[in-house]
Amino acid sequence: MNKPIDLENVAKDQELIKKFLHETTLFLGPDPEIIRDHKIMPRTEYEEKCVNEYTDLNQIASIRDRLQAACEEGFEMVEQMGAAPGAKWGDIITGIYSASGDLTIGSAGGVLIFSVLVHHPIKFIIKNWIDEKTVGVKEGDGFIHNDSRYGNVHNTDQSMILPVFHEGKLVCWVASTVHEGENGAIEPGGMPSMAETPFDEGLKMSPFKVVENYEIKRDLLTFLQNSVREPKLQYEDMKVKLFACMRLEKRIKEVLEIEGPDALTACLRYTNDSVMDEVRRRISEWPDMTVRTHVIMDSTLRENALLKVNLAVTKKGDRLIFDFSGSSPEITNRAINTQLPGLKGMVAQSFMNHVWPDLPRGQAGFSPIEVITPNSSIVDCSYAAPNSQSLMSIFTGFTVAQHATAKFLYSIPEKYTRVLAPWYNMINTFIWGGVNQHGETLGNLCADLNGMGGGARMDRDGEHALAPIFATMADIGEQEMNEEEVPFLQLVSKKMTINTQAPGKFRGGMGYTMIVATKDSDQWGFMTSCVGSKAPPIQGLFGGYACGSFPLSKVTDVDVYDVLLNEPEKFKHSIPEIMNEQPFEGADYSTHHMGLGFDLSKRGELFMISRGSGGGYGDPLERDPHLVIQDIEESLITPDWAKKLYHVIFNEETLKIDKEATKAERDTMRTQRKAQGLPYDEFVKKYVKPHPPENIPFYGSWNGDNDVVYAGSLDDKRDAKNPGPIYMTHPKDVRISELEAELTAVRDEAGISPKDTRK
Amino acid sequence: MKVLMTEYLRIDLDSEKWECRVCDHEIGSARGNYKEGLLVYNRDPADIHPSIIDPDKYRFTFCPDKEWVNIYEFYCPSCGTQMEVEYTFPGHEPLFDMQVDVDALKEQWSHREELTEPTTGPNVLVDRGHHHH
Repeated sequence: MNKPIDLENVAKDQELIKKFLHETTLFLGPDPEIIRDHKIMPRTEYEEKCVNEYTDLNQIASIRDRLQAACEEGFEMVEQMGAAPGAKWGDIITGIYSASGDLTIGSAGGVLIFSVLVHHPIKFIIKNWIDEKTVGVKEGDGFIHNDSRYGNVHNTDQSMILPVFHEGKLVCWVASTVHEGENGAIEPGGMPSMAETPFDEGLKMSPFKVVENYEIKRDLLTFLQNSVREPKLQYEDMKVKLFACMRLEKRIKEVLEIEGPDALTACLRYTNDSVMDEVRRRISEWPDMTVRTHVIMDSTLRENALLKVNLAVTKKGDRLIFDFSGSSPEITNRAINTQLPGLKGMVAQSFMNHVWPDLPRGQAGFSPIEVITPNSSIVDCSYAAPNSQSLMSIFTGFTVAQHATAKFLYSIPEKYTRVLAPWYNMINTFIWGGVNQHGETLGNLCADLNGMGGGARMDRDGEHALAPIFATMADIGEQEMNEEEVPFLQLVSKKMTINTQAPGKFRGGMGYTMIVATKDSDQWGFMTSCVGSKAPPIQGLFGGYACGSFPLSKVTDVDVYDVLLNEPEKFKHSIPEIMNEQPFEGADYSTHHMGLGFDLSKRGELFMISRGSGGGYGDPLERDPHLVIQDIEESLITPDWAKKLYHVIFNEETLKIDKEATKAERDTMRTQRKAQGLPYDEFVKKYVKPHPPENIPFYGSWNGDNDVVYAGSLDDKRDAKNPGPIYMTHPKDVRISELEAELTAVRDEAGISPKDTRK
Repeated sequence: MKVLMTEYLRIDLDSEKWECRVCDHEIGSARGNYKEGLLVYNRDPADIHPSIIDPDKYRFTFCPDKEWVNIYEFYCPSCGTQMEVEYTFPGHEPLFDMQVDVDALKEQWSHREELTEPTTGPNVLVDRGHHHH
């Protein structure tokens, strides 16, 4: 008979092995145990004691209110004093984290995705630096972090993290995060589309100590400044974040003075636990079902390709599971992949923005929700894949989450927001960089990325160019102030792009045109980083349409400032007028997808884009004709477009609606639909194909078989659980091959041999 | 009892059928895919998102490329209401987008009052009359 296992000794052995491995680890890299877990940490014994001791909810609410006010104060400090354009419009957050590292109270405004991300680096610090004799965590220390592989969206966002002590004991943490922009990557502005490995993405800061005794260490600061294009920005915003954190610390110490550490801990723990309970209760109110959706990514930002972002959401009892199986495998040398925390952060944000905005901004609101992702996919990439343009996959991830969620919410009796169609999800703006009119090197972006069109709601139209999907309460900043720092002008801005509406019973909010031209620098350029020039990256809702597609238009071989000076009547204020009328003689007019790599611009050349429209809601034939006329009056749509899309009959001069003719026209359209629509089975037989398009590279699952993913061609099918790396050819090499083939064919036809035939 | 599931769809818990909220047409089993009871049309994107710049001159025109995206429209076969629209990959099957656990729905609504109109959530209106500086 075998001897019984001595469990005590086994546990001791395991502890010994763990200690040995910890002490002999050569590199403390990204820790899956930390970054794959978004849940609130279990109650510690101390938290248990505090929660049992402090049961007065009024006292807890009073402490929480003071902490919330402190977060708002810190937010205001960063927004007012921060130098980065991101800071100016609210691409920031300040928050208070429990002693275990969970964000418990965050600022109400700002970019809420950070509220479910910064706990990762704090937990890394707790796990690795507290007991590390060469580092340690003391009062007055500050830690910096930006690497997405240690838990972040992308490495353009930098966090400052401070521990808060009371009588020598760590009681909580505070942190401040800003989208800084410049980070020393291969392209200016912090979000390089050209990155083919993580080493092209600039600064990769694992969490490390950069502040001691509340002072930034000058040697480390100099190293960081030396690694980026904007050394002054690096210094200024590190100081701003540090001082915001110190203000938070001061406010917490005021609370500690009056209430003591046990009450503070009870408040933090109770807040997290009660939010999690409330989330489970709210989920229970949803109908049990599975909702499926997907959206199209039509670009890697380097080349056009069809990539799928796929989602099935299942709700059962108080469980809510987001399953992204079937999404595209990672593209191992393209920047559009995301690390898992970025995706989770965007899904969490869809709840904080649009589903339960009344809950405290913190990690607890997302903690009970489960997320399943395929490994080595664009929504959960390997450490080897670049992710500086992770916005492409996390924004489309947001959209599928928002689209699926709306279908759960409609039937629920108690709602906390309107049911709404998907928001526009791409940052159609200009990232810029170079040497400015003052001789300084800069790299950042136009804050107009905030102007995403809002989705239509169940009882009203979407708001125009309202807010980005990652911050419902963000500001836009003053372009005129920005122009004092940069050598270009926005010649057209804030003018709605006509006839780009997402139609519906309620239409989506629209986006505006941006036309920019460099003026005062010979070393200045732009890039754009969006998908959606061939296929919309969103969906409509309940019979409403998505928006159309949004390309980049360019006019080169022109100095528009000369035109404005000498022949101002030739300048036009819309993309259709300039592109269709071609008013500048000798200029070259061209269109491109929105994945423009950094492109040096000459004085007076035009770069023209439009922000996108949010999705429409409901059948367009049900749209109130008066709303259609109002859109014409506001120059959002033209009369012919209104008639074609909404089938409203009106007098084009007076805009008087003919109600009876409109009703008759719409009845005719409904009859036409019944004639043109096919029964489901017939439709499937006629249109559905057993495989993706043959002539377009496709990535992802096909027709619901999520075990297999295509990797760019019909011949390349892979195991979805282990797809392996996918490397795309440089677009210029692709073009060279095409031209070489053409050249060979022409030579063969003409009987001309190449000058040099040696291999 | 009937449960309002979308702008145009409801489920009759007694008959376990999907129904059209506009014309009361019975679409199909609530345990199945409601789309199978609707008419489907493969819409040319140019009908909905016409080019705003000249397609003869330019490759990208603000009109989605029909080689890259299909728009499936789903109509009620009785009243012609457009109940759903799906932007999808060319040749992809329509999605079974709402797979309902009807038994759980029945249990859930056995504790609720029937709604004939959906609730909308709290109202937020912009106060255009006053400016505080």
